[in-house]
Amino acid sequence: MTPPPPIGLLAELTHRCPLRCPYCSNPLALAAADGELTTADWARVFRQAAELGVLQLHLSGGEPAARRDLVELVSHAAGAGLYTNLITSGMMLDAGRLAALAEAGLDHVQLSVQDSEPGSADRIAGFPGGHARKLAFAGLVTQAGLPFTLNAVVHRQNLDHLGEIVALALQLGAKRLEVAHVQYYGWALLNRDHLLPTRDQLDRATVMVEQARSEHRGVLSIDYVVPDYYATEPKACMGGWGRQVMVVNPTGKVLPCHAAESLPGMVFESVLDRDLASIWTSSEAFEMYRGTGWMRGPCQGCVNAERDWGGCRCQAFALTGDATATDPACRLSRDHSLLDVAVQRAAAPAGDFIYRERARVKTSVL
Amino acid sequence: MVPQFARGHRLREDKARGRWVILAPERVFEPDDIATEVLLLVDGVRTFDEIVDALAAKFAAPRDAIAADVTVMLADLRERQVLAG
Ligand code: SF4
Ligand code: SF4
Repeated sequence: MTPPPPIGLLAELTHRCPLRCPYCSNPLALAAADGELTTADWARVFRQAAELGVLQLHLSGGEPAARRDLVELVSHAAGAGLYTNLITSGMMLDAGRLAALAEAGLDHVQLSVQDSEPGSADRIAGFPGGHARKLAFAGLVTQAGLPFTLNAVVHRQNLDHLGEIVALALQLGAKRLEVAHVQYYGWALLNRDHLLPTRDQLDRATVMVEQARSEHRGVLSIDYVVPDYYATEPKACMGGWGRQVMVVNPTGKVLPCHAAESLPGMVFESVLDRDLASIWTSSEAFEMYRGTGWMRGPCQGCVNAERDWGGCRCQAFALTGDATATDPACRLSRDHSLLDVAVQRAAAPAGDFIYRERARVKTSVL
Repeated sequence: MVPQFARGHRLREDKARGRWVILAPERVFEPDDIATEVLLLVDGVRTFDEIVDALAAKFAAPRDAIAADVTVMLADLRERQVLAG
């Protein structure tokens, strides 16, 4: 049976980024610039995506503006009829380049901030002066007339500033605020003890979001979801494996989820070898956890199986070592208590963040 | 009054799924057939009256009834920030 086509394509144009967020969703092994797809490769991918039925393209990274051909890429995407959303740190775009992007057909900008105030934001991003640059960039986006969403990744070290983050979104003229809790694989898993919020923090944040939503209705819409470590039901990760979204990484590998490379024994096919449609419909990686056939107890036969699709494979693997296990975020998972254990452990963290960076020493092959 | 789409929102045919969609930041709306007919006329140039005239001619329906329906529909889309002005 041919699966319905994906709605969205997440194009990770590059892993290069001036910031060093300790929860970065890029893999621990960052791709080097010389392994990145060319402009022509991406143009072909965008055309194939549009033909396949993709409607929205998310240009992400790393920092997508680290690609010198970003304007060209946006015009290829717009030419293919895709709705283009730029997911950026705002660190590498000036007014001229932003105007060129708008001219090329960019539809929307999503700007990330690390906190509401510069001291903490710059410490979290590992980049002095970064926050101020982001605020200036937000001004340029509004001047260019582009709609934008402010995105704040939240965790223990900034969750108490949620009120100020909402105020910042309003002040900057964002129409949407996306408050995203850290998801724990890759870099974030390394830093989990420094990032997991406490139950108290979380409860305050939930009340705060409810208040802000009703107070700013019609002006600012706020996206917020309870984080997995305090959830009793898992989320349908990516809307279900191979159901709605596909990810192309900087080197051209096609993934069902941006963290899928953290799973063992998976083979991901490349846009350099095969067209997107056939990778989507019949590659081993997309077939592996698509639908419900791969499930075991308690997911198998569960009434929610086609609603949450068993939760996140990467989280299941990160916590249990078994990628076919029920996501421990589910209260029916026999590993559900692992989340409490992690929360308790995080109460007394040792050391400091491990910032995202390229490995300086190559692992020796013996 | 000249209805127009808000920045970041546009109507597009979704050939793969045999429908029309409104693409929006992180969202996709699916207008029904009637809403699609109306939105196809929203180009930032045509006035409300011209849109109603065009629909009345196309569907050979009474103008008043159409004007009332279009008013409600546009108000709803404005509230959802799909349309501006
Ligand atoms: S999470 Fe931080 S370091 Fe990673 S790509 Fe985004 S801005 Fe750069
Ligand atoms: S058992 Fe599996 S399918 Fe059922 S709710 Fe939990 S994760 Fe979802």
